[in-house]
Amino acid sequence: MRIGIPKEIRQGEKRVATTPEVAEIIRGLGYEVTIESNAGLAANYSDEAYKEAGVEVIESTKELWEKSDIILKVRAPETHPELAIDEVELLRKEQVLISFIQPGINTELMEKLAVQGGSVLAMDSVPRISRAQKMDALSSMANIAGYRAVVEAAQHFGRFFTGQITAAGKVPPAKVLVIGAGVAGLAAIGAAKSMGAIVRAFDTRPEVKEQVESMDADFLMLDFEEEEDGSGEGGYAKIMSEEFIKKEMELFARQAMEVDIVITTALIPGKPSPELWTEAMVESMKDGSVVVDLAAEMGGNCKLTEKDKVVVKHGVKLIGYTDLPSRLAAQASQLYATNLRHLLTDMTPEKDGLLQIDMEDEVIRGCTVIKQGEVTWPPPAPRLYAVPEKEKDKEERAATVPASEKPNPIKQLLGFGFCGVLLLLLGSVAPADFMSHFTVFVLSCFIGYMVIWNVSPSLHTPLMSVTNAISSIIIIGALLQISSSDDLSKYLAAFAILITSINIVGGFAVTQRMLAMFRK
Amino acid sequence: MSEGIITMAYIIASILFILALGGLSNQETARKGNYYGMAGMAIALVATIAGIVTGNYLLMLGCITLGGLVGFILAKKVEMTQMPELVAILHSLVGLAAILVGFGTYLDHSVEFTGAELTIHNVEIYLGVLIGALTFSGSVFAYLKLSAKIGGKPLTLPGRHFFNLILLIAAVYFLFAFIGADSSDAGLNFLIIMTGISLLFGIHMVMAIGGADMPVVVSMLNSYSGWAAAATGFMLSNDLLIVIGALVGSSGAILSYIMCRAMNRKFLAVIAGGFGTSSGGDSGQASQGDAGDVQSIDAESVALLLNGAKKVMILPGYGMAVAQAQHSVFEMSRKLREQGVEVGFGIHPVAGRMPGHMNVLLAEARVPYDIVFEMDEINEDFPNVDVSIVIGANDIVNPAAQEEPNSPIAGMPVLEPWLGKTTVVLKRSMASGYAGVDNPLFYKENTRMLFGDAKVSIDDVLKNL
Repeated sequence: MRIGIPKEIRQGEKRVATTPEVAEIIRGLGYEVTIESNAGLAANYSDEAYKEAGVEVIESTKELWEKSDIILKVRAPETHPELAIDEVELLRKEQVLISFIQPGINTELMEKLAVQGGSVLAMDSVPRISRAQKMDALSSMANIAGYRAVVEAAQHFGRFFTGQITAAGKVPPAKVLVIGAGVAGLAAIGAAKSMGAIVRAFDTRPEVKEQVESMDADFLMLDFEEEEDGSGEGGYAKIMSEEFIKKEMELFARQAMEVDIVITTALIPGKPSPELWTEAMVESMKDGSVVVDLAAEMGGNCKLTEKDKVVVKHGVKLIGYTDLPSRLAAQASQLYATNLRHLLTDMTPEKDGLLQIDMEDEVIRGCTVIKQGEVTWPPPAPRLYAVPEKEKDKEERAATVPASEKPNPIKQLLGFGFCGVLLLLLGSVAPADFMSHFTVFVLSCFIGYMVIWNVSPSLHTPLMSVTNAISSIIIIGALLQISSSDDLSKYLAAFAILITSINIVGGFAVTQRMLAMFRK
Repeated sequence: MSEGIITMAYIIASILFILALGGLSNQETARKGNYYGMAGMAIALVATIAGIVTGNYLLMLGCITLGGLVGFILAKKVEMTQMPELVAILHSLVGLAAILVGFGTYLDHSVEFTGAELTIHNVEIYLGVLIGALTFSGSVFAYLKLSAKIGGKPLTLPGRHFFNLILLIAAVYFLFAFIGADSSDAGLNFLIIMTGISLLFGIHMVMAIGGADMPVVVSMLNSYSGWAAAATGFMLSNDLLIVIGALVGSSGAILSYIMCRAMNRKFLAVIAGGFGTSSGGDSGQASQGDAGDVQSIDAESVALLLNGAKKVMILPGYGMAVAQAQHSVFEMSRKLREQGVEVGFGIHPVAGRMPGHMNVLLAEARVPYDIVFEMDEINEDFPNVDVSIVIGANDIVNPAAQEEPNSPIAGMPVLEPWLGKTTVVLKRSMASGYAGVDNPLFYKENTRMLFGDAKVSIDDVLKNL
C-alpha cells in the first residue's frame, strides 16, 4: 500500500507527519512512501533527505491524495480557502486517514468525514494504557509543550532563572509555579529545574506527588480535611468539588504574591478549561512576571490570556500560544512520526505493507473513529483490568500460598505416625546388625541435611562434583569382591573398580579446577 | 590388619568427608574442603586394600590406575560449559558400579544368611541394584540431552503416568518373586528382569523432562547416586558406605528441593515431566503482543547506555553458556568497572542446566565472586539499577510469573530487571523460552532487544565502549 504525507496547510503549522529516518523504517514494513514537496521544510527536513530515504516526492497535493491508500497528517483535515484545498473532500472511499481529529469537539468534521466513506484513525484517541504508550502522540506533544513553555517564559522573563552571587550583587533564583503535573507539567518542571529555578507544583491528584518530588520540585499540598482524589479516567484530572476549589484558590492567591512564573496546564479534554489563575492573582503578581497558559486553546486557565498571543496586563506578560509543539517543529515531527510508525507497525503484523484495522485490538479500536464511513466513536469503555485486579491477585495469592505451604497439622501428624509405625514394624523383625546400620544411616542423613544447607549457592556445581567423587566410595564394595575366586564376580568387581576410579579422580580433579577459578 | 583399625580408618574417612562438604559453605574454605575429601578417600582406600583385599592385586591396581588416568584427563579437558554433561556422565558411573556390586554380592556365596537376615539382605541387594540402574540409565540419557545428542524437548508418551505405574508395580512384584525364589539362578533371573525395568524407568523419567528442568534432574540423579551407595552399604554391612551414601543422598535431595523452590514447582510435578505442554493453552492468552511490539537496539546504542550508567546488572542464563560468551561478558564488566560503573551479576538459582552452573562459568571467566549475587540479594536493588543486561535468559526474568495468575510459571520467583531504568535483552530471536511462555518483559516500555548471537553482540558492545 502507498502512504502519502501531505504538507500541513494550517497557517503556522511547521510539523510534518514523518521524517526521513522514520520513513525508512515504514518502508521496511512493506509500504511505499510518498510526500508532498516541501512538506518537511519548516521542520528542517528537505526533499532531498526524503529522497535519500527512498521516499517519492510529489508536487501536487491532489495527486498525492489520489495516489495514496493511507494519509498521515498532523492536523485534522480542514479547508484552506486561499490554496483552494479542502482536505475533507480529498478523502476517498477505502482510504485511511491518520491524524489528530479530536472527535469529541469536531463533531461537524466527523460527520463530513463519515460521508466521504473512508476510515479515520485519531491519534488523540489512542487509549491511555501502558501498551499504547509508544503511540501516545498526545503525551509526546504535551512533553514538548511543557518544555517549550519554559523556554517561552524564559524568553519573556527579564531575569535569570538560576540564583547567582556575582561581584555586581546577588541575583535571587526565579520561582516557578507549575499547575497540573501531567506530562506537560512534568516536562515543564524538569526544564525549569534544570535551568536553576525554584520549582513548585500543584495537582489535584495526590498520587503525582511522588513524581513531582522525584524531580526535586516542591509539591504544594492543600490542608483539606476530606480526602479527595482528583484522578479521573485515563490519567486525566476530573472536576473537583466547590469546597476544594475554594481552598485551591486561596493557595494560588498566596503563591501569586511570591512566584515569578506561572505555567498552567489544566486542560480537560473536550471541555472549557477551568479558571485557575484569576485577574486578582495576576494583579498581585510582581511586574515583569510571566504566565504561560497551556490551556489557551480551550479558553485558558487564566481568562486574561489571549489565544496565540502574548499580551501584557497589569504588568504581567501572558503567553497564550497554542502551537508550542509546532514551535519545536523538528523534535515534534520526529516524536509524532515515531508514534505513527509504532501504530503502523502494530497494524501491519505481517510486514507486508497491508494495513489491517483490527477492531479486536483495544488500541486500534480506541483510535479508529470512522471505519469505512461508519462513525465508531466513542469506543466502548476501556477494560480497566490492570491495577485493581493485580492487587486483588496479589492478595489472593498471598492468601493461598501460605495455606499450601503449611500442611494440614493432622495430615502431618498422620504422616509421622505412619512412618513411626512402619519403622517400629521394621524394628520388630530386623536383626540387631541391621538396626545398628540403620542408626548410622538416619544420623548421617541428618548430618548431611545440616551441612548442605550451609553450602553457598554459588558453590553448588563444585558441591555436585565433589559429592559425585565421594559417592564413588562404592569402590569399597568392589574391592571386597575383587579377591573372589569366582571369575564372574572378580571381573564384575574389576570393571566396577575401573569406572569408580574414573569417578574418584575425575570428580576431585574437576572440583579442584573449579575451586581454583573462584577468586575475589 | 585388624577389624578395629579398619573401622577406625573408616570413621576418620567419614569425618573427613563431612568436613569436605562443610568446607563448601564459602569460597575461602572450599579448597581446603576438597583436600579433606581427597584425604578421606585415600584413607578409606588404603585401609580397604590393606585390610580386606587378599588377592588379584595386579588386576585391581591396573584398574585403579587406568580409571584414575581416564578421570584425570576428563577433568583437565572438560570445558566449563560442559560441566553439566560431565557431572551427569560421572553419576551414571556410580549407578553402574552399584549394579555391578549388587550382582557381584548376589553371586558371592562366601557369607550365608538365613531367615529374616536373608530376606533383608536380598531386599538390600534388590534396592541397591534398582536405584543403581535408575541412576545409570537416567544419567546416561541426561548426558545425551545435555550434550544435545538427543533433543531437549520433553517426550510425552500418551498415558505416561500409567506406564510409570505399571513399571512400579512390576518392580514390586519382582521384589517378592526375588525374595521368594528358591534357587539363586531363578533369583538372578528376577534380578536381571528388574534391572531392565529400572533402566527403562530411568530412561523414561529423563526423556519426559525438558531442558530447563535439567537442574532438578541433575541434582536428583546426584541424590540417587548417593542412595545407591547407601543401599550398597546396607548390602555389604559397611557403615562407611552408608554414611557417605546418606550424605550425598541428602545433599542431592536438598539441591533438588532448592531448584524446585526456585521454579515454584512440586518435585513430583517435575519428575512427572511434560512441563509446558499440558498448560500450553494458557500461554496464548498470556501473550502481550507480537514481535512487532518490541523495540530493538543496536550494539552502539547499548554501549552509549552503558557509558551513561552508574549501576549495571548482568543477568546471565543458559544462552550465555551456549554462546560461550562468558569471557566477553567479563571483559565488558572489567571495562565498565574501570570506568567507575558499579557492575553486578545476578544469578537465578535455576539459571543454566545445573545448580550453580552460571557461578562456575563466571568464575572461569575470572569474574570475582564478590560481585556475583544471588537472586534474593539483588531483587530489591533493581530500582537503583540503570541498565540490566539479560544474556540468553528467558523464563527466569519473566514478569508473567508475577503478573499472570494463569501463566504456567505463575508464582515462580524471578529476577525483576523491569523495575530498573532500562533492560537490554540479548537474544537470538523472538522464540519463547523453554517453558513455551511468552515473555512480557520483551514488550515492556523500558526494554530494548539486541538480537544476535550473545558473544558477537557483547563483542560489538565492547568495541563501542
